[in-house]
Amino acid sequence: MANKILLEVVTPDRKVVSTEADVVVCPGVEGQFGVLYGHIPFLSALDVGEMYYKDGAKTEYLAVSGGFAEVTGKKVTIVAEAAEFGREIDVERARRALERAKARLAAAKTENIDWARAEAALRRAMVRMKVAAR
Amino acid sequence: MPTLRDIRRKIAAVKKTQQITKAMNMVAAAKLRGAQQRMENFRPYAQTFTSMLGNLASRIEPEIHPFFQRAPVVEKVGLVLMTADRGLCGSFNVNLINAAVKFAREKEAAGIETLFYCVGRKGRDFFRRRKAPMPAFWVDVWNKFDFTNAVAVAREVMSAFLTGQVQEVYLIHSVFINVAIQRPKLVKLLPISAEEAEITGGPEYIFEPPLAQFLEHLLPKYINTAVYHGFLENAASEHAARMTAMDNASNNCKEMINQLTLVMNKARQAGITKELMDIVGGAEALKG
Repeated sequence: MANKILLEVVTPDRKVVSTEADVVVCPGVEGQFGVLYGHIPFLSALDVGEMYYKDGAKTEYLAVSGGFAEVTGKKVTIVAEAAEFGREIDVERARRALERAKARLAAAKTENIDWARAEAALRRAMVRMKVAAR
Repeated sequence: MPTLRDIRRKIAAVKKTQQITKAMNMVAAAKLRGAQQRMENFRPYAQTFTSMLGNLASRIEPEIHPFFQRAPVVEKVGLVLMTADRGLCGSFNVNLINAAVKFAREKEAAGIETLFYCVGRKGRDFFRRRKAPMPAFWVDVWNKFDFTNAVAVAREVMSAFLTGQVQEVYLIHSVFINVAIQRPKLVKLLPISAEEAEITGGPEYIFEPPLAQFLEHLLPKYINTAVYHGFLENAASEHAARMTAMDNASNNCKEMINQLTLVMNKARQAGITKELMDIVGGAEALKG
Protein backbone atom coordinates (compact mmCIF):
# COMPACT_ATOMS: atom_id res chain seq x y z
CA MET A 1 0.00 0.00 0.00
CA ALA A 2 2.38 2.56 -1.20
CA ASN A 3 0.01 5.33 -2.13
CA LYS A 4 -2.87 6.87 -0.32
CA ILE A 5 -6.07 8.00 -1.92
CA LEU A 6 -7.57 11.42 -1.28
CA LEU A 7 -11.02 11.44 0.21
CA GLU A 8 -13.45 14.33 0.16
CA VAL A 9 -16.95 14.25 1.55
CA VAL A 10 -19.05 17.31 0.79
CA THR A 11 -22.63 18.19 1.68
CA PRO A 12 -24.59 21.32 0.78
CA ASP A 13 -23.69 22.91 4.12
CA ARG A 14 -20.07 22.01 4.61
CA LYS A 15 -17.07 20.01 3.62
CA VAL A 16 -17.23 17.15 6.08
CA VAL A 17 -13.88 15.48 5.43
CA SER A 18 -10.87 16.16 3.32
CA THR A 19 -8.16 13.67 4.11
CA GLU A 20 -5.90 10.91 2.89
CA ALA A 21 -6.88 7.31 3.36
CA ASP A 22 -5.57 3.85 2.62
CA VAL A 23 -8.98 2.53 1.72
CA VAL A 24 -12.48 3.97 1.44
CA VAL A 25 -15.57 1.77 1.65
CA CYS A 26 -18.91 3.13 0.42
CA PRO A 27 -22.50 1.87 0.38
CA GLY A 28 -23.26 1.76 -3.37
CA VAL A 29 -26.83 1.12 -4.49
CA GLU A 30 -25.71 -2.19 -5.95
CA GLY A 31 -23.66 -3.19 -2.96
CA GLN A 32 -20.79 -2.02 -0.87
CA PHE A 33 -17.55 -1.24 -2.64
CA GLY A 34 -14.06 -0.41 -1.54
CA VAL A 35 -11.69 1.97 -3.26
CA LEU A 36 -7.92 1.85 -3.24
CA TYR A 37 -5.38 4.10 -4.92
CA GLY A 38 -5.41 3.65 -8.69
CA HIS A 39 -9.03 2.62 -8.98
CA ILE A 40 -10.45 3.08 -12.49
CA PRO A 41 -12.73 6.11 -13.00
CA PHE A 42 -16.05 5.19 -11.52
CA LEU A 43 -19.35 6.91 -10.72
CA SER A 44 -21.80 5.35 -8.36
CA ALA A 45 -25.04 6.34 -6.73
CA LEU A 46 -24.92 5.72 -3.00
CA ASP A 47 -27.49 4.10 -0.82
CA VAL A 48 -28.46 5.37 2.60
CA GLY A 49 -25.84 3.69 4.70
CA GLU A 50 -22.56 3.77 6.50
CA MET A 51 -19.22 4.43 4.88
CA TYR A 52 -15.82 4.19 6.44
CA TYR A 53 -12.22 4.87 5.62
CA LYS A 54 -8.98 3.57 7.04
CA ASP A 55 -5.91 5.66 7.42
CA GLY A 56 -3.11 3.68 9.05
CA ALA A 57 -4.55 2.13 12.16
CA LYS A 58 -7.39 4.63 12.35
CA THR A 59 -10.86 3.79 11.07
CA GLU A 60 -13.58 6.43 10.83
CA TYR A 61 -17.25 5.77 10.24
CA LEU A 62 -19.77 8.13 8.68
CA ALA A 63 -23.48 7.95 8.03
CA VAL A 64 -24.32 9.16 4.53
CA SER A 65 -27.60 9.57 2.72
CA GLY A 66 -28.64 10.63 -0.74
CA GLY A 67 -25.37 10.89 -2.52
CA PHE A 68 -22.88 9.91 -5.17
CA ALA A 69 -19.30 8.82 -5.27
CA GLU A 70 -17.00 10.02 -7.97
CA VAL A 71 -13.85 7.98 -8.10
CA THR A 72 -10.73 8.76 -10.07
CA GLY A 73 -7.42 7.04 -9.60
CA LYS A 74 -6.21 9.48 -7.00
CA LYS A 75 -9.33 10.77 -5.40
CA VAL A 76 -12.76 9.82 -4.10
CA THR A 77 -15.34 12.58 -3.92
CA ILE A 78 -18.54 11.85 -2.07
CA VAL A 79 -21.35 14.32 -2.56
CA ALA A 80 -24.24 13.62 -0.23
CA GLU A 81 -27.26 15.49 1.04
CA ALA A 82 -26.21 14.53 4.54
CA ALA A 83 -23.05 13.04 5.99
CA GLU A 84 -21.86 12.95 9.57
CA PHE A 85 -19.33 11.22 11.74
CA GLY A 86 -20.55 8.72 14.29
CA ARG A 87 -19.33 10.90 17.12
CA GLU A 88 -21.33 13.87 15.84
CA ILE A 89 -24.62 12.04 15.77
CA ASP A 90 -27.18 12.98 18.34
CA VAL A 91 -28.30 9.50 19.37
CA GLU A 92 -31.34 10.76 21.20
CA ARG A 93 -32.55 12.65 18.14
CA ALA A 94 -31.93 9.66 15.92
CA ARG A 95 -33.89 7.46 18.29
CA ARG A 96 -36.82 9.86 18.24
CA ALA A 97 -36.69 9.98 14.44
CA LEU A 98 -36.73 6.20 14.43
CA GLU A 99 -39.80 6.08 16.64
CA ARG A 100 -41.54 8.66 14.50
CA ALA A 101 -40.81 6.79 11.30
CA LYS A 102 -42.06 3.56 12.82
CA ALA A 103 -45.26 5.20 13.91
CA ARG A 104 -45.72 6.62 10.43
CA LEU A 105 -45.23 3.27 8.83
CA ALA A 106 -47.74 1.70 11.18
CA ALA A 107 -50.20 4.44 10.29
CA ALA A 108 -49.44 4.04 6.61
CA LYS A 109 -51.00 0.59 6.61
CA THR A 110 -54.35 2.13 7.32
CA GLU A 111 -54.09 5.62 5.89
CA ASN A 112 -51.83 5.03 2.93
CA ILE A 113 -49.67 8.07 3.49
CA ASP A 114 -46.40 8.52 1.74
CA TRP A 115 -44.91 5.10 2.38
CA ALA A 116 -41.66 5.64 0.53
CA ARG A 117 -40.77 8.76 2.46
CA ALA A 118 -41.53 7.20 5.81
CA GLU A 119 -39.49 4.18 4.91
CA ALA A 120 -36.55 6.32 3.82
CA ALA A 121 -36.75 8.22 7.10
CA LEU A 122 -36.74 4.93 8.98
CA ARG A 123 -33.66 3.72 7.14
CA ARG A 124 -31.81 6.98 7.71
CA ALA A 125 -32.57 6.82 11.41
CA MET A 126 -31.43 3.20 11.62
CA VAL A 127 -28.16 3.93 9.85
CA ARG A 128 -27.44 6.88 12.11
CA MET A 129 -28.07 4.75 15.20
CA LYS A 130 -25.77 2.08 13.87
CA VAL A 131 -22.95 4.47 13.01
CA ALA A 132 -23.31 6.27 16.31
CA ALA A 133 -22.85 2.97 18.11
CA ARG A 134 -19.46 2.32 16.43
CA MET B 1 -44.66 77.73 13.73
CA PRO B 2 -44.18 74.57 15.83
CA THR B 3 -43.43 75.16 19.46
CA LEU B 4 -40.16 74.24 21.06
CA ARG B 5 -41.75 71.26 22.73
CA ASP B 6 -43.13 69.90 19.41
CA ILE B 7 -39.69 70.04 17.86
CA ARG B 8 -38.07 68.33 20.86
CA ARG B 9 -40.64 65.56 20.64
CA LYS B 10 -40.04 65.17 16.93
CA ILE B 11 -36.30 64.88 17.43
CA ALA B 12 -36.78 62.22 20.08
CA ALA B 13 -39.01 60.27 17.68
CA VAL B 14 -36.50 60.43 14.85
CA LYS B 15 -33.74 59.33 17.22
CA LYS B 16 -35.75 56.27 18.14
CA THR B 17 -36.32 55.45 14.50
CA GLN B 18 -32.60 55.80 13.95
CA GLN B 19 -31.90 53.34 16.74
CA ILE B 20 -34.16 50.82 15.10
CA THR B 21 -32.72 51.24 11.62
CA LYS B 22 -29.20 51.04 13.03
CA ALA B 23 -30.04 47.83 14.84
CA MET B 24 -31.62 46.36 11.70
CA ASN B 25 -28.54 47.35 9.75
CA MET B 26 -26.29 45.48 12.14
CA VAL B 27 -28.53 42.43 12.26
CA ALA B 28 -28.59 42.33 8.46
CA ALA B 29 -24.81 42.66 8.35
CA ALA B 30 -24.38 39.73 10.72
CA LYS B 31 -26.86 37.61 8.78
CA LEU B 32 -25.17 38.53 5.53
CA ARG B 33 -21.88 37.18 6.85
CA GLY B 34 -23.61 33.92 7.72
CA ALA B 35 -25.28 33.72 4.32
CA GLN B 36 -22.02 34.36 2.51
CA GLN B 37 -20.35 31.66 4.56
CA ARG B 38 -23.07 29.21 3.56
CA MET B 39 -22.60 30.10 -0.10
CA GLU B 40 -18.91 29.49 0.33
CA ASN B 41 -19.56 26.09 1.94
CA PHE B 42 -21.99 25.10 -0.76
CA ARG B 43 -19.61 25.80 -3.61
CA PRO B 44 -17.63 22.52 -3.56
CA TYR B 45 -20.87 20.54 -3.54
CA ALA B 46 -22.34 22.44 -6.48
CA GLN B 47 -19.10 22.25 -8.42
CA THR B 48 -18.91 18.50 -8.07
CA PHE B 49 -22.42 18.19 -9.44
CA THR B 50 -21.80 20.51 -12.34
CA SER B 51 -18.63 18.73 -13.30
CA MET B 52 -20.34 15.34 -13.08
CA LEU B 53 -23.11 16.44 -15.39
CA GLY B 54 -20.67 18.18 -17.67
CA ASN B 55 -18.70 14.99 -17.87
CA LEU B 56 -21.80 13.06 -18.85
CA ALA B 57 -23.23 15.65 -21.21
CA SER B 58 -21.39 14.36 -24.25
CA ARG B 59 -22.89 10.92 -23.80
CA ILE B 60 -26.45 11.88 -23.02
CA GLU B 61 -29.25 11.43 -25.53
CA PRO B 62 -32.51 13.30 -24.79
CA GLU B 63 -34.44 10.00 -24.89
CA ILE B 64 -32.63 8.68 -21.89
CA HIS B 65 -34.55 10.63 -19.26
CA PRO B 66 -37.79 12.67 -19.25
CA PHE B 67 -35.97 15.65 -17.74
CA PHE B 68 -34.19 16.14 -21.06
CA GLN B 69 -37.28 15.90 -23.21
CA ARG B 70 -38.69 19.02 -24.69
CA ALA B 71 -42.45 19.13 -25.06
CA PRO B 72 -43.60 19.61 -28.67
CA VAL B 73 -46.16 22.25 -27.59
CA VAL B 74 -45.71 24.48 -24.60
CA GLU B 75 -49.00 25.66 -23.07
CA LYS B 76 -48.07 26.24 -19.47
CA VAL B 77 -44.85 27.04 -17.71
CA GLY B 78 -44.03 26.97 -14.03
CA LEU B 79 -42.17 29.86 -12.46
CA VAL B 80 -40.48 29.53 -9.11
CA LEU B 81 -40.27 33.07 -7.77
CA MET B 82 -38.09 33.82 -4.80
CA THR B 83 -38.70 36.97 -2.79
CA ALA B 84 -38.17 37.90 0.83
CA ASP B 85 -40.74 37.33 3.55
CA ARG B 86 -40.36 40.84 4.86
CA GLY B 87 -39.97 44.33 3.49
CA LEU B 88 -37.69 47.16 4.57
CA CYS B 89 -35.04 46.05 2.16
CA GLY B 90 -35.14 48.74 -0.50
CA SER B 91 -36.17 47.71 -3.98
CA PHE B 92 -35.21 44.07 -3.47
CA ASN B 93 -38.71 42.56 -3.62
CA VAL B 94 -39.94 45.00 -6.23
CA ASN B 95 -37.10 44.12 -8.59
CA LEU B 96 -37.85 40.42 -8.30
CA ILE B 97 -41.58 40.86 -8.73
CA ASN B 98 -41.06 43.11 -11.75
CA ALA B 99 -38.85 40.48 -13.32
CA ALA B 100 -41.59 37.89 -12.75
CA VAL B 101 -44.29 40.16 -14.17
CA LYS B 102 -42.19 40.84 -17.24
CA PHE B 103 -41.59 37.13 -17.69
CA ALA B 104 -45.29 36.32 -17.39
CA ARG B 105 -46.21 39.06 -19.89
CA GLU B 106 -43.75 37.76 -22.44
CA LYS B 107 -45.12 34.25 -22.05
CA GLU B 108 -48.66 35.53 -22.26
CA ALA B 109 -47.86 37.28 -25.52
CA ALA B 110 -46.80 33.90 -26.86
CA GLY B 111 -50.05 32.35 -25.61
CA ILE B 112 -48.45 30.56 -22.68
CA GLU B 113 -49.87 30.58 -19.19
CA THR B 114 -47.55 31.00 -16.22
CA LEU B 115 -48.15 29.11 -12.99
CA PHE B 116 -46.47 30.68 -9.97
CA TYR B 117 -44.61 28.80 -7.28
CA CYS B 118 -43.74 31.49 -4.77
CA VAL B 119 -41.06 31.19 -2.16
CA GLY B 120 -41.38 34.11 0.21
CA ARG B 121 -44.33 36.10 1.48
CA LYS B 122 -43.91 39.25 -0.60
CA GLY B 123 -44.13 37.50 -3.97
CA ARG B 124 -46.95 35.29 -2.77
CA ASP B 125 -49.02 38.26 -1.58
CA PHE B 126 -48.44 40.20 -4.79
CA PHE B 127 -49.56 37.45 -7.13
CA ARG B 128 -52.37 36.28 -4.90
CA ARG B 129 -53.84 39.78 -4.95
CA ARG B 130 -53.75 39.59 -8.73
CA LYS B 131 -55.39 36.18 -8.69
CA ALA B 132 -52.54 34.60 -10.62
CA PRO B 133 -52.61 30.81 -10.76
CA MET B 134 -50.46 29.53 -7.91
CA PRO B 135 -50.35 25.77 -7.31
CA ALA B 136 -48.02 26.07 -4.32
CA PHE B 137 -46.19 28.57 -2.16
CA TRP B 138 -43.82 28.61 0.78
CA VAL B 139 -43.74 31.48 3.25
CA ASP B 140 -41.79 32.17 6.44
CA VAL B 141 -38.91 30.11 5.14
CA TRP B 142 -36.14 32.67 4.94
CA ASN B 143 -35.45 33.09 8.60
CA LYS B 144 -34.29 29.53 8.92
CA PHE B 145 -33.94 27.33 5.88
CA ASP B 146 -31.85 24.35 4.90
CA PHE B 147 -31.51 21.92 2.05
CA THR B 148 -34.83 20.22 2.82
CA ASN B 149 -36.70 23.43 1.95
CA ALA B 150 -35.09 23.43 -1.48
CA VAL B 151 -35.93 19.74 -1.87
CA ALA B 152 -39.60 20.45 -1.11
CA VAL B 153 -39.75 23.15 -3.79
CA ALA B 154 -37.88 21.03 -6.30
CA ARG B 155 -40.10 18.02 -5.65
CA GLU B 156 -43.21 20.09 -6.32
CA VAL B 157 -42.05 21.45 -9.66
CA MET B 158 -40.52 18.18 -10.80
CA SER B 159 -43.79 16.35 -10.23
CA ALA B 160 -45.67 19.12 -12.05
CA PHE B 161 -43.26 18.70 -14.95
CA LEU B 162 -43.46 14.91 -15.01
CA THR B 163 -47.25 14.82 -14.83
CA GLY B 164 -47.48 17.33 -17.66
CA GLN B 165 -49.10 20.16 -15.68
CA VAL B 166 -46.33 22.37 -16.95
CA GLN B 167 -44.02 21.89 -19.91
CA GLU B 168 -41.19 24.06 -18.70
CA VAL B 169 -39.97 25.27 -15.34
CA TYR B 170 -38.10 28.49 -14.64
CA LEU B 171 -36.63 30.03 -11.54
CA ILE B 172 -36.27 33.71 -10.69
CA HIS B 173 -34.01 34.58 -7.81
CA SER B 174 -31.71 37.40 -6.90
CA VAL B 175 -28.03 37.05 -7.56
CA PHE B 176 -25.64 38.38 -4.98
CA ILE B 177 -23.01 40.29 -6.92
CA ASN B 178 -21.70 42.38 -4.05
CA VAL B 179 -23.08 44.19 -1.05
CA ALA B 180 -24.23 47.10 -3.21
CA ILE B 181 -25.54 45.16 -6.21
CA GLN B 182 -28.08 42.36 -6.37
CA ARG B 183 -29.83 41.48 -9.59
CA PRO B 184 -32.80 39.27 -10.41
CA LYS B 185 -31.85 36.33 -12.57
CA LEU B 186 -33.94 33.97 -14.65
CA VAL B 187 -32.80 30.36 -14.80
CA LYS B 188 -34.35 27.54 -16.78
CA LEU B 189 -34.67 24.47 -14.59
CA LEU B 190 -36.53 22.03 -16.79
CA PRO B 191 -36.17 20.51 -19.27
CA ILE B 192 -32.44 20.30 -18.77
CA SER B 193 -30.70 21.01 -22.02
CA ALA B 194 -27.75 18.71 -22.32
CA GLU B 195 -26.24 20.92 -25.01
CA GLU B 196 -26.01 23.81 -22.57
CA ALA B 197 -24.14 21.87 -19.94
CA GLU B 198 -20.51 22.58 -20.37
CA ILE B 199 -18.74 19.54 -21.63
CA THR B 200 -15.82 19.13 -19.34
CA GLY B 201 -14.50 15.87 -20.69
CA GLY B 202 -12.29 14.07 -18.25
CA PRO B 203 -11.98 10.35 -17.81
CA GLU B 204 -14.52 7.86 -19.16
CA TYR B 205 -16.34 6.66 -16.09
CA ILE B 206 -17.97 3.36 -15.53
CA PHE B 207 -21.35 3.56 -13.88
CA GLU B 208 -23.09 1.81 -11.13
CA PRO B 209 -25.99 1.45 -11.76
CA PRO B 210 -25.95 1.81 -15.58
CA LEU B 211 -26.28 5.28 -17.04
CA ALA B 212 -30.08 5.43 -17.36
CA GLN B 213 -30.71 4.47 -13.75
CA PHE B 214 -27.78 6.54 -12.60
CA LEU B 215 -29.45 9.58 -14.11
CA GLU B 216 -32.63 8.66 -12.24
CA HIS B 217 -30.62 9.35 -9.10
CA LEU B 218 -28.55 12.23 -10.35
CA LEU B 219 -31.01 14.50 -12.12
CA PRO B 220 -33.50 15.14 -9.31
CA LYS B 221 -30.55 15.96 -7.08
CA TYR B 222 -29.22 18.25 -9.75
CA ILE B 223 -32.50 20.19 -9.67
CA ASN B 224 -32.44 20.24 -5.86
CA THR B 225 -28.98 21.70 -6.04
CA ALA B 226 -30.01 24.37 -8.52
CA VAL B 227 -32.94 25.40 -6.33
CA TYR B 228 -30.81 25.45 -3.19
CA HIS B 229 -28.29 27.60 -4.99
CA GLY B 230 -31.15 30.03 -5.67
CA PHE B 231 -32.08 29.96 -1.98
CA LEU B 232 -28.57 30.83 -0.88
CA GLU B 233 -28.06 33.61 -3.40
CA ASN B 234 -31.45 35.06 -2.63
CA ALA B 235 -30.90 35.02 1.12
CA ALA B 236 -27.53 36.74 0.81
CA SER B 237 -29.04 39.33 -1.54
CA GLU B 238 -31.91 40.03 0.82
CA HIS B 239 -29.61 40.69 3.74
CA ALA B 240 -27.32 42.85 1.62
CA ALA B 241 -30.29 44.84 0.31
CA ARG B 242 -31.65 45.33 3.82
CA MET B 243 -28.26 46.36 5.09
CA THR B 244 -27.92 49.03 2.41
CA ALA B 245 -31.50 50.23 2.85
CA MET B 246 -31.11 50.52 6.62
CA ASP B 247 -27.79 52.28 6.27
CA ASN B 248 -29.47 54.87 4.06
CA ALA B 249 -32.33 55.19 6.51
CA SER B 250 -29.93 55.77 9.41
CA ASN B 251 -28.14 58.47 7.43
CA ASN B 252 -31.42 60.15 6.57
CA CYS B 253 -32.35 60.12 10.24
CA LYS B 254 -29.08 61.77 11.10
CA GLU B 255 -29.67 64.48 8.52
CA MET B 256 -33.19 65.06 9.79
CA ILE B 257 -31.97 65.37 13.36
CA ASN B 258 -29.41 67.95 12.29
CA GLN B 259 -32.03 70.04 10.52
CA LEU B 260 -34.50 69.77 13.36
CA THR B 261 -31.82 70.76 15.84
CA LEU B 262 -31.20 73.93 13.86
CA VAL B 263 -34.91 74.73 13.85
CA MET B 264 -35.09 73.99 17.55
CA ASN B 265 -32.17 76.26 18.39
CA LYS B 266 -33.73 79.04 16.38
CA ALA B 267 -37.04 78.64 18.20
CA ARG B 268 -35.30 78.57 21.56
CA GLN B 269 -33.29 81.69 20.77
CA ALA B 270 -36.46 83.41 19.61
CA GLY B 271 -38.10 82.53 22.89
CA ILE B 272 -35.17 83.85 24.92
CA THR B 273 -35.06 87.08 22.93
CA LYS B 274 -38.76 87.56 23.43
CA GLU B 275 -38.48 87.07 27.19
CA LEU B 276 -35.54 89.48 27.40
CA MET B 277 -37.54 92.10 25.52
CA ASP B 278 -40.37 91.63 28.00
CA ILE B 279 -38.05 92.01 30.98
CA VAL B 280 -36.32 95.06 29.52
CA GLY B 281 -39.68 96.53 28.53
CA GLY B 282 -40.97 95.96 32.10
CA ALA B 283 -37.89 97.55 33.68
CA GLU B 284 -38.15 100.58 31.42
CA ALA B 285 -41.79 101.01 32.37
CA LEU B 286 -40.98 100.90 36.11
CA LYS B 287 -38.28 103.54 35.73
CA GLY B 288 -40.75 105.81 34.04
